[in-house]
Amino acid sequence: MGRKDGCSKGKGGSMHFYKKEGGFYGGHGIVGAQVPLGIGLAFAQKYSKDENVTFAMYGDGAANQGQLFEALNMAALWDLPAILVCENNHYGMGTAEWRAAKSPAYYKRGDYVPGLKVDGMDALAVKQACKFAKEHALKNGPIILEMDTYRYHGHSMSDPGSTYRTRDEISGIRQERDPIERIRKLILAHDLATEKELKDTEKEIRKEVDEAIAKAKESPLPDPSDLFTNVYVKGFGVESFGADRKELRAVLP
Amino acid sequence: MLKNLRRAVGAIPFMRNPALASRSYSVSVKQMMVREALNSALDEEMSADPTVFLMGEEVGEYQGAYKAGFTGLGVGAAYYGLKPVIEFMTFNFAMQGVDHIINSAAKTNYMSSGNINVPIVFRGPNGPAAGVGAQHSQCYASWYGAIPGLKVVSPYSSEDARGLLKAAIRDPDPVVFLENELLYGESFPVSKQVLDSDFTIPIGKAKIEKEGNDVSIVSFSRMVGFSLKAAEILAKDGIDAEVINLRSIRPLDRSTVNASVRKTNRLVTVEEGFPQHGVGAEICASVVSDSFGYLDAPVERIAGADVPMPYAANLEIIALPQVDDIVRAAKRACYRSVPLSATR
Repeated sequence: MGRKDGCSKGKGGSMHFYKKEGGFYGGHGIVGAQVPLGIGLAFAQKYSKDENVTFAMYGDGAANQGQLFEALNMAALWDLPAILVCENNHYGMGTAEWRAAKSPAYYKRGDYVPGLKVDGMDALAVKQACKFAKEHALKNGPIILEMDTYRYHGHSMSDPGSTYRTRDEISGIRQERDPIERIRKLILAHDLATEKELKDTEKEIRKEVDEAIAKAKESPLPDPSDLFTNVYVKGFGVESFGADRKELRAVLP
Repeated sequence: MLKNLRRAVGAIPFMRNPALASRSYSVSVKQMMVREALNSALDEEMSADPTVFLMGEEVGEYQGAYKAGFTGLGVGAAYYGLKPVIEFMTFNFAMQGVDHIINSAAKTNYMSSGNINVPIVFRGPNGPAAGVGAQHSQCYASWYGAIPGLKVVSPYSSEDARGLLKAAIRDPDPVVFLENELLYGESFPVSKQVLDSDFTIPIGKAKIEKEGNDVSIVSFSRMVGFSLKAAEILAKDGIDAEVINLRSIRPLDRSTVNASVRKTNRLVTVEEGFPQHGVGAEICASVVSDSFGYLDAPVERIAGADVPMPYAANLEIIALPQVDDIVRAAKRACYRSVPLSATR
């Protein structure tokens, strides 16, 4: 929303939030760029002997990017603790998988890097796969996880999501494979909670989300002086300029 | 051709230089090659800080050409907190990784509002070498110099090389470090102070290599040497030139340049890169905008020819600035032009 109280304080954008302390290094706007970055994080983890792994996530649309293979090669050469996760929702924005990739078996595309195909609509399967992948990556180096999943809405604000597939397809998946529905059925089948308890939880969560949205909407836009903040960590007191350099200038601290 | 390039490039496997260790420190001024200056700076910074590491094409034992891959890998490592020094065989090859330099490195501190900073250095030879052709000769100073969030430096002497590389490695922001292949083998005097392991040069400050009163000649990297030679020739004709070594392309030291032109009233900029939208263009704009009343002559720009670099040796010479070009431009600015026909 570009508001001051957002995690990027209005400076990043709708896919650009970061939380280094939480190990979240951001969404990246350049398709495929995040994979070498993720391999770099894994490199740093191994270099620092942290016994940790990095999940580098990309979609089926990014899976054909050259730099992904460059990065994979290095990760395999140096046994980096990297887990590459291909979220295969079968559409790269508007381009269906069969039109984009000669080999849509993304988990096999690593060639010399092992891969696993996972039902991405089953939360418990995803959990187990990630646990396995972490153990593998720490011992043996990179592994690819292909998550077979689906996207109900369009890819982004400029994509209505309905020009390249049928509404029946979308509602069919929703009926048969929806991940939350599946968990709900499991919970009810194993008597872990009653219908009413689940409905109450849902109401509570909806309320929490609505409140968060309201709070976000109330947050002001950033101060105009924020145009010039965080360009550098150390600006040495140099000058920066607005559109009219004789009118708007600032000193970068 | 490529073999010659590899030999000439300063990216030799990094080892402690025994010759350096045995030098006596009681002599206050000694000669040091730019290549040695860079290697000694790298050695000292890597020894002092274990998070500093070197990666690149043909680093150590000829390590392979995965440019977009390792540029991104380096930036990812910097996100995590390491201090990578990413080396390109030349900045021409860096174009394959330029998305990571700009979008993954330069913009991240801003986009994350300070949550993730990127303490990375991208270094390598920039600009023309000798007889390497158009695809291996471009100067990238003005392209990188345009990007907010990047720092861009370009050393001339060994002192510059040592001080700026140490400053770049210690800097918490991404720094593009533009070297020059033909300077690697040149020797410069270095004082005891320069040899100190904590010697750094501030990024963003230009150096006045030679003071003068009649015309300000502003350049960076190898062209500083040419400008100094031009100043010697001009002195014989009674023109006292001031030679400024920018050292930093971004931040650009506009105040030193403007102060100089306010003193001399005349400006000549010199660079090897293409003229349109070049570093000289920004310097001229700054001077015309901020010191208009002080100019006694139109600003002069000497730059590489507006063509892809030709291969033939004679064409390469006329495609690049030579000392005579700088002398001629300075004389024009002093209204003492010598028409070309008179020199034939």
